[in-house]
Amino acid sequence: MDPKLDLLYRLADDQLILGHRNSEWNGLGPILEEDIAFSSMAQDKLGHSLQLYMLLHELGEAEPDTVAFTRNAPQFHCCQLTELPIGEYDFSLIRHFLFDHAELLRFEALANSSYEPLALVARKVKGELKYHVLHANTWVKRLGTATEEAITRMQAALEFTLPYALGIFETTDAENEIISSGLFIGEKELQRRWEASISKVLAQTALTLPDLRLLTPVAGGRHGQHTEHLQPLLDEMAEVFRLDPTADW
Amino acid sequence: MYGSASTHDIPTQATTGLENEDPILLAEFEARIARGEKIEPTDWMPQLYRKQLTRMIEQHAHSEIIGSLPEGTWITRAPGFRRKMAQMAKVQDEVGHAQLLYSAAETLGKTREQMLSDLINGKSKYSNVFNYPTPTWADSNVISWLIDAGAIVNQMANAKGSYGPYCRALDRICAEEAFHLKYGHDAVVHMATGTPIQRKMMQEALNRWWPAIMTFFGPSDKMSTHTEILMRWKVKMATNDACRQQFLDMYVPKILEIGLTLPDANLRKNEDGVWEFSEPDWEDFKRVINGDGPCNAERIAVRRAAEENGAWVRRAMQQPKAQYVRPLA
Repeated sequence: MDPKLDLLYRLADDQLILGHRNSEWNGLGPILEEDIAFSSMAQDKLGHSLQLYMLLHELGEAEPDTVAFTRNAPQFHCCQLTELPIGEYDFSLIRHFLFDHAELLRFEALANSSYEPLALVARKVKGELKYHVLHANTWVKRLGTATEEAITRMQAALEFTLPYALGIFETTDAENEIISSGLFIGEKELQRRWEASISKVLAQTALTLPDLRLLTPVAGGRHGQHTEHLQPLLDEMAEVFRLDPTADW
Repeated sequence: MYGSASTHDIPTQATTGLENEDPILLAEFEARIARGEKIEPTDWMPQLYRKQLTRMIEQHAHSEIIGSLPEGTWITRAPGFRRKMAQMAKVQDEVGHAQLLYSAAETLGKTREQMLSDLINGKSKYSNVFNYPTPTWADSNVISWLIDAGAIVNQMANAKGSYGPYCRALDRICAEEAFHLKYGHDAVVHMATGTPIQRKMMQEALNRWWPAIMTFFGPSDKMSTHTEILMRWKVKMATNDACRQQFLDMYVPKILEIGLTLPDANLRKNEDGVWEFSEPDWEDFKRVINGDGPCNAERIAVRRAAEENGAWVRRAMQQPKAQYVRPLA
């Protein structure tokens, strides 16, 4: 696949699917303020994915609504981390923490992309992601230093989620070209920055970061291999849209 | 949105307890309200005023979070980016309204935790319309447009009431509701003037919701004899019937204009300019309010699950030395 398309699909699908998942916290948050915060982040992520699908459209791909609402799971390139159900708040918070640290660093790097339309989008997006990371850090630090119950839960969520988080950095055949053409710094460099970034925050808590070299990343998402959770999510997302694809809703 | 337009459980005259209030303070209090002054949290107020306002603001807050559930289930299914993002933002606003309203109610002395506990234990009510199902996207659009429209009629009136924190919360809420109304109207217009499938969906949803919409403002004034003192204290600013008439005046023409019909053969404006309609089934209304509606159990179960699943977070957030401080506005 063309390296630009390859990169953009991964970025856009991650944002769409995690935005969708975050929106499921409506009515279910541990406090109202968290319903509201997750909704804000979901709206941002939907907006980011729309910007990226518009770049894809400019490169000749279908309209954003068609791309987002009519593909099936094997045609999605999100990492599996984003598609897992929201579970309990500890998991959703840790996923948000691990994902958004990577995402902020990714978009900070993309702000210097040789592909100028993407660099422009990234400069806007990174400013919003800064607040997502601030939100994640605040809660991880608070709950990660609170009651024994909270620390135990957060540690278990961290250990469960990390192998999926490592799947964020799964590469494709286009990786070398993506780096050499200056589109992006590459997944390996991003992962290095991410490890430093999450370690710094976790060091301020009672949580322990396991040795990441001993973990097996959950890969496949970037190549269209997904958990059993993605297709039902997509079916739900397209339920109304597919009732009448010719309609203007 | 979603203010419970009718406050349930209004006391009978026998239980007002006014005979126990200091007559001089009571007279000053009533004079202030008559002059159009706002009552603030630290001001003297009769127990009945405190109790009624707490109940009313609390019910309104509950209506916002319970009301966010039927529309919230359509966030994940909203057709297309534009609707998906708008539906999210709209529902998020409603949860934000709950946050504002719980704070306003807290100024009267009841904590948010106690209010939420009363909600899931069935002690407090919320707007009865949310005990009905929203089986399609069109049902969600009907709520966004017409339930929000009804709430605005009610809340614009109550924003001129006597209790400062509630009025200020309502001013902010109404500003956001005005956008919801535009959003809901836009979504309904798209469906009502769209493909045959869309038009059918929208008409069916409107037919399903119309009886509930007609009960939204509460029982007829002739069935409710206790509103006099609440009107004098500017707790209740307009009668149920006045709100219902205003709503019909404003929205029936808009509904008919886009080619939809209303499922009430008796609905018409008479020569005196008063809307006539088939009397809603108030027995059914009472039955549903008291817990026996199609969705009561589900709504409360979702809220209870949220409270229980999130309890560990709230426990963890409590600082051992922190003391509860009642907000002032």
